[in-house]
Amino acid sequence: MDALIIETVVKAIVVLLVISALAGFGTYLERKVLAFMQRRLGPMHVGPFGLLQILADGIKLFTKEDIVPQHANRLIFMVAPAITAATAFIALAAIPLFPEFTIFGYTIRPIIADLNVGILFVLGAMASGLYGPLLAGMAQANKWGIIGSARTAILFLSYEVVTGLSILAPIMIVGSLSLIDFNNAQAGGVSDWMVWKQPVAFVLFLIAGFAETNRTPFDLLEHEAEVISGYATEYSGMRWGMFFIGEYANMITVAFLASLVFFGGFNPIGFIPGFLAIILKVSFFFFLMLWVRASWPHVRPDQLMWLCWKVLMPIAILNILITGIVLL
Amino acid sequence: MSLEKYKDRNIGNQNYKLIGHEAFPQTNGEKFERVMKRMVKGELFVGLWVTVRTMFEALFKGQMHTTKYPFEKLPISPRYRAIHEMLRLLESGHYRCIGCGLCEQICISDCIRMDTRYDENQRKEVSEYTINFGRCIFCGYCAEVCPELAIVHGPRYETSSEQRASFSLFEDMLTPIDALKHQKEYPGFGAVSPNADENIKKTPLAY
Ligand code: SF4
Ligand code: SF4
Repeated sequence: MDALIIETVVKAIVVLLVISALAGFGTYLERKVLAFMQRRLGPMHVGPFGLLQILADGIKLFTKEDIVPQHANRLIFMVAPAITAATAFIALAAIPLFPEFTIFGYTIRPIIADLNVGILFVLGAMASGLYGPLLAGMAQANKWGIIGSARTAILFLSYEVVTGLSILAPIMIVGSLSLIDFNNAQAGGVSDWMVWKQPVAFVLFLIAGFAETNRTPFDLLEHEAEVISGYATEYSGMRWGMFFIGEYANMITVAFLASLVFFGGFNPIGFIPGFLAIILKVSFFFFLMLWVRASWPHVRPDQLMWLCWKVLMPIAILNILITGIVLL
Repeated sequence: MSLEKYKDRNIGNQNYKLIGHEAFPQTNGEKFERVMKRMVKGELFVGLWVTVRTMFEALFKGQMHTTKYPFEKLPISPRYRAIHEMLRLLESGHYRCIGCGLCEQICISDCIRMDTRYDENQRKEVSEYTINFGRCIFCGYCAEVCPELAIVHGPRYETSSEQRASFSLFEDMLTPIDALKHQKEYPGFGAVSPNADENIKKTPLAY
């Protein structure tokens, strides 16, 4: 029992550190990839290839003055970024990041908690992360913030139905909510991947995932051209940084979910070992998010709602019905 | 070519072509049809392809557009009008300015101040010459009016300085005497011809 607790704490700390470092690295990657797609160079001068830019940004964020606006609700204003960051990491707890491996004769399962409702837990935790922007926008006594949080509500009401319904069909096929079971169900190589059986569900899930992580084309919450910075308008320093660590951690989570549920998880592909396979898949989905951001315009809030409720939800329900009939 | 084309001020209907707009959908059925058409047309993937192609061209085909400015500089036109330079006579090394005062007169922002006096040989010499670069609008009139091609615009466009005076004295703008052989002729308006060297004659005093 003690060993389990110690192991879990160590795993939690490792995941926290690695993922927040990766979130920082994600900002670097995003800037680089967007720059290349626009024929620019991106960060260049701090360290080799501008890699230390992350560090410089970190120093900047940590040492910036932490301002709480005069008429803001202090408590909520200060707690809101922590909600976003914390829920993003809590969601990661139920995700098996890598295959089991053995160090010093001790087998480690790189999942903090193998819940039997894993996927529900992940989606639920990520969804509750939207309380961050919602509360932040309402607490800051700023009209852009209010618009930002109103848009958060719209976003939430729109995509959540699609996420749940789209993931339902794969759940019906696998017959379990645990992500490890999902992974094991696709152990038979590339032809076993869920995406061949459920292409529609995959597309729907991807669309909902983009909305969930608040990425272009659904980055309504803080689209500068329209609402300054939306819910993050009044934030500065590390509180602002926490929102973005949360956002990037969410991107990583969605990338993991997509690769686990639809793309065979961490099963080895041919000669590629499992851990490398999942890293490649997650990197691809991360890259896809940046790629889409460079390519596509974003939609209006009403268009998002229209899309989710009038197009995607009927498709998702049809997909579930057809899957059900085929399974019967 | 007739000038009629250019005299026609009725802009808006001659050379413009309207890009074909598809009719805006009116009924819900038409709207649905448009959504479906756009869904299968793959326009979104065209967008993805364009960006990724740009990325590969930028990375591997040298189409990166960034100039790393302080380390690399773009070439500027020879007629670029930056901080002024006072040139010297190529042959004697004496400054070219004859103190005629035309540049001071023509300067539209009134920023050139000069004074002249007779030197010991009873020749006019420039005793004071300053340009107030806080006011200069780099219009180039002074360089155009100068009969001696003495004042020209140089290529020095990085004009941030701790003091306003840093560029503006006669000595600052004058070609240093040891750099005379590097002095380039001003190739812009009113400049001497490229074969000016062949045409140059010694001044009478040299005989
Ligand atoms: S460039 Fe124009 S404004 Fe500047 S000194 Fe010459 S005449 Fe005056
Ligand atoms: S116009 Fe030329 S020659 Fe005359 S005073 Fe100015 S710089 Fe000297």
